[in-house]
Amino acid sequence: MKAALALIRRDIALAFREGGAIGVALGFYLVVIAIAPFGLGPDLNLLSRVAPGLLWIALLLAALLSADRIFHNDYEDGSLDVLAMGTLPLAGVAASKSLAHWITTCVPLALLAPVLGLLLNFPIHTIPLLVLAMLVGTPAVSFIASIGASLTLGLRRSGLLVALLVLPLYVPVLIFGVSTISAAVTGPGSPWPPFLMLCAISLASMVLAPLAAAAALRTGFR
Amino acid sequence: MTFSLTNLANPTRFLNFAGAVIPWLAVLTAILLGVGLYQAFFVAPADYQQGETVRIMYIHVPAAWVGMGCYVVIAIAALGTLIWRHPLADVAAKAAAPIGATFTFVILVTGSLWGKPMWGTYWVWDARLTSLLVLFLLYLGLIALWQAIEEPGRAGRAAAILALVGAVNLPIIKFSVDWWNTLHQPSSVLRADGPTIDSALLTPLFVMGGAFLALFVLLHLIAMRAEILRRRVRVLQQTQVAQAARA
Amino acid sequence: MLGLGPHASFIIAAYAVAFAALGVLTVATLADDRKQRRLLADLERRGITRRSAAKPRPAATSTVTRTAS
Repeated sequence: MKAALALIRRDIALAFREGGAIGVALGFYLVVIAIAPFGLGPDLNLLSRVAPGLLWIALLLAALLSADRIFHNDYEDGSLDVLAMGTLPLAGVAASKSLAHWITTCVPLALLAPVLGLLLNFPIHTIPLLVLAMLVGTPAVSFIASIGASLTLGLRRSGLLVALLVLPLYVPVLIFGVSTISAAVTGPGSPWPPFLMLCAISLASMVLAPLAAAAALRTGFR
Repeated sequence: MTFSLTNLANPTRFLNFAGAVIPWLAVLTAILLGVGLYQAFFVAPADYQQGETVRIMYIHVPAAWVGMGCYVVIAIAALGTLIWRHPLADVAAKAAAPIGATFTFVILVTGSLWGKPMWGTYWVWDARLTSLLVLFLLYLGLIALWQAIEEPGRAGRAAAILALVGAVNLPIIKFSVDWWNTLHQPSSVLRADGPTIDSALLTPLFVMGGAFLALFVLLHLIAMRAEILRRRVRVLQQTQVAQAARA
Repeated sequence: MLGLGPHASFIIAAYAVAFAALGVLTVATLADDRKQRRLLADLERRGITRRSAAKPRPAATSTVTRTAS
């Protein structure tokens, strides 16, 4: 447990020291939302209707494109091998690193979402629920992304490949994440059933994804 | 299934088995296809609701059986690779992926062309078609991963993990798409499962199902043989390079 | 052929695409198989066999080359 916390703290420290990567992810999120109206038209009614979906999709892409950071740097300089031999089981290593990714990438993205929502005429009274839904749903995003990152460890040009592999797995997160917000914005129905499903998916992925990621890391270790 | 028989685990014995079986399978496939197509067009009656377009069902539904069944084959092969370390399991998985992808493509296109006269639209985001689209994407992901990793052993294990992750996710995805659909209540009376089928329409369906199954096994065996040979070629080419380097 | 009704073009298109796709798949599979057999025969003709100084192979594929005749 201590080893896991130490690893999380280390990864967070490294991410902040690197600085640029988080900023780039936030910038990417901003840019995608900013150019969307140029493709969709400036009609605020339309934009507010598509806002939940757009905010989620852009967040998925931003988180996914920074997913290779989870294992790549440590793989490159050999730290991953050292971690694999340490006291923390490989699944624990994967879980800790995914959690660190969540804290350093997804949480900032989720906190930026309300600001971007204003660009899309997102109703202000629903913003707390938007942030809550994203904070609850993004662990699934980080943990599932770690599976893609671990499968493609060390491969050249793996960014698009990770997206191809992982995006279909995000369908449930997207469906329930958007439904939570849409239910609150337009109704009908309560946002809490899909919200609970979102919780369940995040919890399940936090348990299962590290197992798959650890197995995938082992395949790359020869 | 061939890969689960332990006495076929030896690649050379598998190659011999495949070589013997393939010609007969080809004949069987041709016969079943011929009979099935004849029945689909000349024997089966037109549906009283849909008219002649129901004949598309004779391709769409058997393709669905094979397209989905192929993923089951890949998932079992994945277990074979990871748990039992069966030597031909990853060969089976790699060979099956493009076949499954093609059949799933056929499902999507025939479903779309069936949908236009039936429901007035080429595509609809109902639970079944959407899940099949996701299945198609999973196949593409598997093929892409196989292409990206050069060493066959590592590629096989990575693809096996991906296949199992996909298999676990597919029911969850299907469930969430179902839920999403009830929420948005798609218009139209699309009974995507097809009309209630009366028995006169069933026989051609099963014959075509048999034909596609035979075609799948035939193509799978050929592809597995090609993959085994490809790995031998790779080893020999590496030997060739090593010898040249030593000279 | 029977009259295929008002939507004949859809039926024909569906069957055409299906058989085109399956046809391409079959041809590609057969072509790949033939290509590998040709490459293998070519290498064996040049005297390179798996027994001669083959590099040790890692992972499961090593059993493939060792147990095969």
